[in-house]
Amino acid sequence: MILTLLILVPIAAGILSFLAKDSAKAVALISSIATLGLAAYISAASYSQPMAWSIPWIPRLGAQLSLYSDGMAAMLCLLTGIVMPVVFISNWNKEVENPGGFYGLMLLAQAGITGVFLAHDALLFYFFWELALIPVYFLCSIWGGEKRIPVTFKFFVYTFVGSLLMLSAIIFLALQNPGANAYGWDNIVSAGMSLDPVTQQWLFWLIFIAFAIKMPIFPFHTWQPDTYEQSPTSVTIILSALMVKMGLFSVIRWLLPVVPEGVAFWSNTVIILSIIGIIYASCIAIVQTDMKRLIAYSSIAHMGLMSAAAFSQTSTGMHGLMVQMFNHGINITGMWLIVSMIEQRWGTRDMTKLGGMAISAPKMAIAFVIISFANIGLPLTNGFVGEFMLFNGLFQSPSPYHISYMVLAGLGVILGAVYTLNMVQKTTYGNTVGMTIQKDLSVNEYVGLAVIIGIILMLGVYPKPLLDMTAAAAGVMMP
Amino acid sequence: MKAIIASTVFGVILMFTGLMVKEKRSVGTVAILLLALLLGVNIWELSAAGNQPQTYFNNMLRIDRYGLWFNTLMTGCTLLYAMLVNKDIQRVGAHVAEYFALICFILCGIYLLSSYNSMLMLFLGIEILSIPQYILAGSDKRNLKSSEASLKYLLMGSFSTGILLMGITLLYGATGTFNIIGFTFLQDDLLSPTALAGIIFLMIALGFKVSAAPMHMWTPDVYDGAPTPFTAFMATVVKAGIFVAFMKLFSVGFGALSNHWMLVLAIVTAATLLVGNITAVFQQSVKRMLAYSSIAQAGFMLFAILAVNATAWQGMIVYAVAYSVATIGLFAVLLKLKDYTYDGFNGLAKKQPLLAGVTAIFIFSLAGIPLTGGFMAKYMVLQAALEQGQLMWLVIFALLMAAVSAYYYFRVIIAMYFKQGNPELNSEVTGSDKLLLIVTGIIVLILGIAPQVVIAGI
Repeated sequence: MILTLLILVPIAAGILSFLAKDSAKAVALISSIATLGLAAYISAASYSQPMAWSIPWIPRLGAQLSLYSDGMAAMLCLLTGIVMPVVFISNWNKEVENPGGFYGLMLLAQAGITGVFLAHDALLFYFFWELALIPVYFLCSIWGGEKRIPVTFKFFVYTFVGSLLMLSAIIFLALQNPGANAYGWDNIVSAGMSLDPVTQQWLFWLIFIAFAIKMPIFPFHTWQPDTYEQSPTSVTIILSALMVKMGLFSVIRWLLPVVPEGVAFWSNTVIILSIIGIIYASCIAIVQTDMKRLIAYSSIAHMGLMSAAAFSQTSTGMHGLMVQMFNHGINITGMWLIVSMIEQRWGTRDMTKLGGMAISAPKMAIAFVIISFANIGLPLTNGFVGEFMLFNGLFQSPSPYHISYMVLAGLGVILGAVYTLNMVQKTTYGNTVGMTIQKDLSVNEYVGLAVIIGIILMLGVYPKPLLDMTAAAAGVMMP
Repeated sequence: MKAIIASTVFGVILMFTGLMVKEKRSVGTVAILLLALLLGVNIWELSAAGNQPQTYFNNMLRIDRYGLWFNTLMTGCTLLYAMLVNKDIQRVGAHVAEYFALICFILCGIYLLSSYNSMLMLFLGIEILSIPQYILAGSDKRNLKSSEASLKYLLMGSFSTGILLMGITLLYGATGTFNIIGFTFLQDDLLSPTALAGIIFLMIALGFKVSAAPMHMWTPDVYDGAPTPFTAFMATVVKAGIFVAFMKLFSVGFGALSNHWMLVLAIVTAATLLVGNITAVFQQSVKRMLAYSSIAQAGFMLFAILAVNATAWQGMIVYAVAYSVATIGLFAVLLKLKDYTYDGFNGLAKKQPLLAGVTAIFIFSLAGIPLTGGFMAKYMVLQAALEQGQLMWLVIFALLMAAVSAYYYFRVIIAMYFKQGNPELNSEVTGSDKLLLIVTGIIVLILGIAPQVVIAGI
């Protein structure tokens, strides 16, 4: 029952925000802190044993309202729970037009994303998958940048095509074992596993394209840099920290166990695509001058590594993936927050026009450096733990090319250091070219970044809680 | 049977009301009262009906629960429609009472179509339903486009009626009966070329009436030319009525022979989806876009006919209601605007947030976004088609086309929410308009969350 609250609280608060208009900010903050509390409680409770809840929904179709939280789902709910208040706190002083609508849609998006993580019924999963998209579409299109309308429309159509293909696969799977619980996860998994290998092989793509677009992996990524650039930063955070996790999470929950033969057949293809994505995106990131675009491409590179590990079929890789999903969410939130603060203060995101942040805003510069290190995956930051395990998993992969995978993906880390440090250097050090206005962190920004950096350092030194939490889930998934 | 009689009697009463009552508003009120009464008659008949079908006129009519429930829902949609666009109907021309009377007669045709057993009754139903439509399409007689629509509809409609009769004749020649239940004795090895030709003729004729490609040519011109309030009716309730007849004929009558006509109908379905969706993308007027979208939606409803199973029958009802309610609501909003192009919607969200909000719900429903009735409807007909087993390719194609449909539907959302503008309204949006639109929006959402409210009545 408490699982439903995790979805219902943001929905209720979202509707309240629409009505509250000017005090929507406060409503959003209070509800997001409440959901953080709930998520923390659920994480603690599902630490040892998964939680589940279900009631009949559409008996005729065999669909149930069924929620389930194991370590992985709880961890992602916790991530959602942490990211939302951090975003709200950091943007507390930023004025938005029509705050009621803005915060209301943010909270509805939160509800949709949480629903995706918790749904244990394929139809319900599809519902939330789409519902998370609609508020984000509106957020980007109303509050976004100059080219927002065509860009977000492309994003919408892209993801919609993917979801519809997935829908046909879901119906197909549910029809294999019709009954009162035809759409239940267990039923879908047993239906998928009992299919013959050839069917699994084409079913794999019907399901995977939706997730590949969401993550995004090469060559389905073209919507992503434009959308990240045009969205308001709070929404970019939702997109990159939370929504791309929907793609990875769904691969683990709804693809790997459902069509194992298909996965075995295509895993090399997907890993190769992911590695192409890593190198390609890293190379593009190096030549970017717009910070938002740079981080967008860096995110594609990171997602490439994670999706490669997801298909490495090793439990270490899977475990690392879960840890890294959390870490990436935290780190990229920090990156976007810094970029938005830079843009707010100095009016540009163009690195060539910036410099000398260490003088004009020293605290912010320190935070930026730490978050950048985490983004590269330096030891003592959370990024290191995850990436180490990902590479370890990729190396153990049963594929004959595992060493080449490892080497090529490792190239991505080096390139990652190149563009990230280049960005840090151009903005933080040097002369105070564009950053003549002296304005360091305000209290709310300080709190937001402190939470992020606290988590980065804590998990960098002592990742055990996170590892323990997801161990069972990682073990369960793998044969 | 009670509803069939009542609809005719009420139609006649309405015509006399036109003679006696001169004020348009009162005529509108009387019409709504009579339609509500008709809904009551339907519910009465439904609640009195047992599980056994009732037969009338030597088994020519066979009224079962499914038909009665369908009639009740469609009458409900008509009542909703009449209340939403009442004022706009009064604005079309002088003969308000006649318009409502014709709508009553159309309902009578639908009642026949949902419960026929003899193909002669099918023919009667189609004609009772079509002739009032020819008149309604031309009711704005000073407008050339309206007259053109009427004439075009009449000519093309009579042509297809001829084909329908031809098909009925051929089948009668092949089997010696008009009763669709009698056809079940047709076995694969006994199927004569005459009977096969009859089936194809019937498919063409009914495909014409539901605007399936390549028999769809009349639809955009007629829907665009006809006065908007009547387009809303023709594109929704009427179409659903013909679809039920279509499904009944091919499921009950020719179901056993499905391997003979399945491929032809599957190709027709694919063509309908392709033509409807792709052409809709290029339209500049929302009214014309809705005409093409009605072709596209017909493509989805054809899945229910292709599937020939129990899920299809349920899916058809959900689709009929979800599509009708959302489209009627959208037309009701469209009627409030002066400019029917996409630009006419620019900035509606700022000026009329409520109007824009419900329009968004209707658009989501037509595009098939979850939480709305349109999603559940598409979902059920596609599930029915997949249960059938051989149509995976068509389902995937249909879903890709649904993604294309999002392109043109969402242009309305983009115009309303993301563009600036000052949309001009035809008439003031009164409190009762708002209430009705909210109710319509809530119906769409309920259908999306709990479609069993509609399925349960079967």
